[in-house]
Amino acid sequence: MSLVVEMVGKALKLNIPLSVQLDLTYRCNERCVHCYLDHDDHGEMTTAEIKDLLDQMADAGVFYLTISGGEIMMRRDFFEILEHARLRTFCVKLKTNGVLIREKEAARLRELGVESVQISIYSHRPEVHDAITKMPGSLRQSIDAVRFLRKQGLYVTMANVLMTENAADYKQVRLLAQELDAKFIIDPTVTPMMDGDRSVLKLNVDQAALKEVFRNGDLVGNVEEFCAPPAGVNQDDLDSLPCSAGHTACYVSPYGDVYPCVQFPLPSGNVRETKFVDIWRDSPQLNEVRTITLRDMPSCSQCTHGGTCTRCPGLAYLEGNMRGPSTQDCEKSYARTGIPSENLKTKLASPKPVNSSQLIQIKGLQPMVPNISALVTKEIALGA
Amino acid sequence: MKLSRYVARSSSIAARGLGDETMVMSATNSTLFTLNEVASEIWNAADGVTPLDEIVKRRVCSQFEISPEAALEDAEALVENLASHGLLLISHEPIFKQGNSFKELA
Repeated sequence: MSLVVEMVGKALKLNIPLSVQLDLTYRCNERCVHCYLDHDDHGEMTTAEIKDLLDQMADAGVFYLTISGGEIMMRRDFFEILEHARLRTFCVKLKTNGVLIREKEAARLRELGVESVQISIYSHRPEVHDAITKMPGSLRQSIDAVRFLRKQGLYVTMANVLMTENAADYKQVRLLAQELDAKFIIDPTVTPMMDGDRSVLKLNVDQAALKEVFRNGDLVGNVEEFCAPPAGVNQDDLDSLPCSAGHTACYVSPYGDVYPCVQFPLPSGNVRETKFVDIWRDSPQLNEVRTITLRDMPSCSQCTHGGTCTRCPGLAYLEGNMRGPSTQDCEKSYARTGIPSENLKTKLASPKPVNSSQLIQIKGLQPMVPNISALVTKEIALGA
Repeated sequence: MKLSRYVARSSSIAARGLGDETMVMSATNSTLFTLNEVASEIWNAADGVTPLDEIVKRRVCSQFEISPEAALEDAEALVENLASHGLLLISHEPIFKQGNSFKELA
């Protein structure tokens, strides 16, 4: 068992929020066609409020802090906030489009000990990337940022969201990442907007494109194993928890709203009204999420994919039932194995007037481990 | 007479207590470590101005059944190991924090 898995297990047992994603702002200098956010400022937390929240989160045991947005550098106080986060010794990961990161900013990020930076790169072709971001010159600026950060020795991940617009380009983006000595992840997920609007799902790639990605050994490793038929559901599976959302992780919006996850917009409290740790411990919504195991899901517990499905409870919630299936993940399991889920069989038996493109949505192909990472793990223990 | 040693947590780390243990990550290479309860006591007391032997006396010997000599020997090995990974600074002079980083006084 890896050290990270052990830590997650201990955090779960102690009810500690090991990981938090904090969005500083929903404002952005890009206007990506697939974005799930409303970019207007509806009353972001002030610098003082965010610093106080960081103090509260440190005291509550948060270790992994992902700072995201919107575009994080749209906040003029970004570096002040980051400096405070590092003084409180969080392991800080950043998500940004990189457009505002030049050599000076990259050097400052290195100085402040940021663990890693993730930058979205949609294509190696400016005409495709810039059309997605609706910002001319954005690919060049984002790639420059990758170079500046790598020059400082920072770990950089190039995240490639797969959509109809850029479906043909991911292999070249991966090569570009190799050339820049950056990590590459592909994320064939276009999520519904946070207000529930599902119209952006029309950007999702079709089954043929998904199958191609799932059968690319460079991305998924052992294709035979990855695409193997499911083994069915056993007793351990029935008692398993869906994911870390609400268990060892949560999300805080720029307005102080707490959700189980950025993809699981179940309002669970607001840090402007209640202390973070009290929301974490006592929120009826988070506590309800914590009670749900596979056994409690009528359809999924009967499904042959139940033990291996990457079902996202947030997407299920956005579909109307957090104990129900996430049809997008059912589609993913189908594309991977060729075997329909119980949910898909039911839908096929009594079809409803749903745009088929809305049924295709899958999560990233990162290893199925909690959203926390350590490249190498070691243990030191006095006298051990 | 053996010179006192001072230890200070590096500013290039991420760290958090988890129960009676402490997670520590090096910001330079993302290597993750965990410290057990005793090591965590020394880590938390590594303020740069309290001598290591004093930390061992106050934070280890007072709480755990171990002789001062054995505890100091183990503590010396621990801080050397942590220092070799860039997680701790060790000096024969007090180490003071300036801004976001530590400066060793010559």
